[in-house]
Amino acid sequence: MVLLTCPNCGPRSTQEFAFGGEYNQRPQEPLASSDSQWTDYVYMRDNVWGLQTEWWYHRSGCGLWFLAERHTKTNVVETTYEWSERG
Amino acid sequence: MSIRLISQALRGDRFPPRMWQQHDLKESYDVAIIGGGVHGLACAYYLAKEHGVTNVAVLEKNYIGSGGSGRNTTIIRSNYLTPEGVQFYDQSVNLYKKMAAELDFNVMFSQRGHLTLAHTDAAVRTARRRAEVNQLQGVSSRLVWPDEIKRLCPYLDVSDHPRYPILAALYHPPGGIIRHDAVVWGYAHHSDRCGVHIHQDTEVTGISVIGGKVRGVETTRGFIKTENVLNATAGWCSTIAKMAGVKLPVTTFPLQAFVTEPLKPFLNTVVVSGSLHVYVSQSDRGELVAGASVDPFSSYSTHGSLSFLEGIAGHLLELFPSLCHLRVLRQWAGLCDMTPDFSPIMGLTPVTGFLVDIGWGTYGFKAGPISGKMMANLIATGHTPDLITPFRLSRFEEGALVGEKGAAAVGH
Repeated sequence: MVLLTCPNCGPRSTQEFAFGGEYNQRPQEPLASSDSQWTDYVYMRDNVWGLQTEWWYHRSGCGLWFLAERHTKTNVVETTYEWSERG
Repeated sequence: MSIRLISQALRGDRFPPRMWQQHDLKESYDVAIIGGGVHGLACAYYLAKEHGVTNVAVLEKNYIGSGGSGRNTTIIRSNYLTPEGVQFYDQSVNLYKKMAAELDFNVMFSQRGHLTLAHTDAAVRTARRRAEVNQLQGVSSRLVWPDEIKRLCPYLDVSDHPRYPILAALYHPPGGIIRHDAVVWGYAHHSDRCGVHIHQDTEVTGISVIGGKVRGVETTRGFIKTENVLNATAGWCSTIAKMAGVKLPVTTFPLQAFVTEPLKPFLNTVVVSGSLHVYVSQSDRGELVAGASVDPFSSYSTHGSLSFLEGIAGHLLELFPSLCHLRVLRQWAGLCDMTPDFSPIMGLTPVTGFLVDIGWGTYGFKAGPISGKMMANLIATGHTPDLITPFRLSRFEEGALVGEKGAAAVGH
């Protein structure tokens, strides 16, 4: 993985980006969520062997936080897109 | 060892007996340990030796010691930051000290001293704090200044020329290096002699859980009935835990290391720089073995990268300018299961009979013997030993994290 495509700036060197960890759905109702639901969100990780949806930050570029689909064994990035485009 | 060697020579045996045997998979075992690395094998050894539990299977999908146990940079130390961590790793160092005699196998443990360099005022403060914590726990550690660093390590550049001059160091005399393969083989040999079955090329594909209890393990060579399963894997711990329906707070990152061509004796201590993300030691063959912190993004890939090599070579030259013509022989990566607080996870899980000894990040090899002993104790008695209680899985929900910033992955 040498290049990563920023949805805003196009393909750039991976060195420009910071990894933000796997995508994890925040509890929908914060006040009604139990401790174990919060523990799941804050600490527990899928750590999947395969295609992973994850956050990246274009640190030395436009400053956009976006999502990428990357295979965690081959490091091949299938697609990158903005959070608002998530279906 | 030597008596055995002489008797074999006199008998004219061409080959020594095999270190461990191959067995058919039995229908059931009292304990199934997933992962044939130093942790899994140490647990099997202590189960057999201290608790008389010998109906044990060690299931390894590759060959034993093929994962983290054969990929680490062999550094042993106990100069951590938290009292829990220091006590735990100190017991491990003590077991390593006695290991060659206990296993009757030369593991080449060399307690040559360990220097953690500090390049900033903040790092000096952390080093001082670590020295104080260590001394309170009875572990030998102290702050040393550039004149003493130069005496301990003459080729290190302690001048004010580098971008980050060396201000001080945490000196930990009991730290050192060991031959990691020998540790794995020693444990495997002795567990095998006690009756433990070591199954190589046997991949676990499923765990049968009925009514919240473990009933057995599905492998590529057949089903095993068992009520006790220990997940002692690195890199695969989340995958294995998912089979039992247990969630883990683990993210897997590769950590790269490299080895150079051999030199004459050059470096007599282990040198670590947290700020420059590099640690280096000289092996008995004369090669310099150097590693860094984990890669910048999570992955199960064990490929090396050029950016790592460029980065670490630059940092190493900043410490040792005289190495500028040295060539790199090979480069590799191992998988590190990082937890949110840089401490491992040991003990029970919500599933009865499914135990974990995982999340060993960048500090797993040095803890192998003591975690194996403690896990064996837990499996045999059903009671979690006090030494590993702080590292329980439920600490995340309880908010009782053990923030271990003395780990190799942390720049400080």
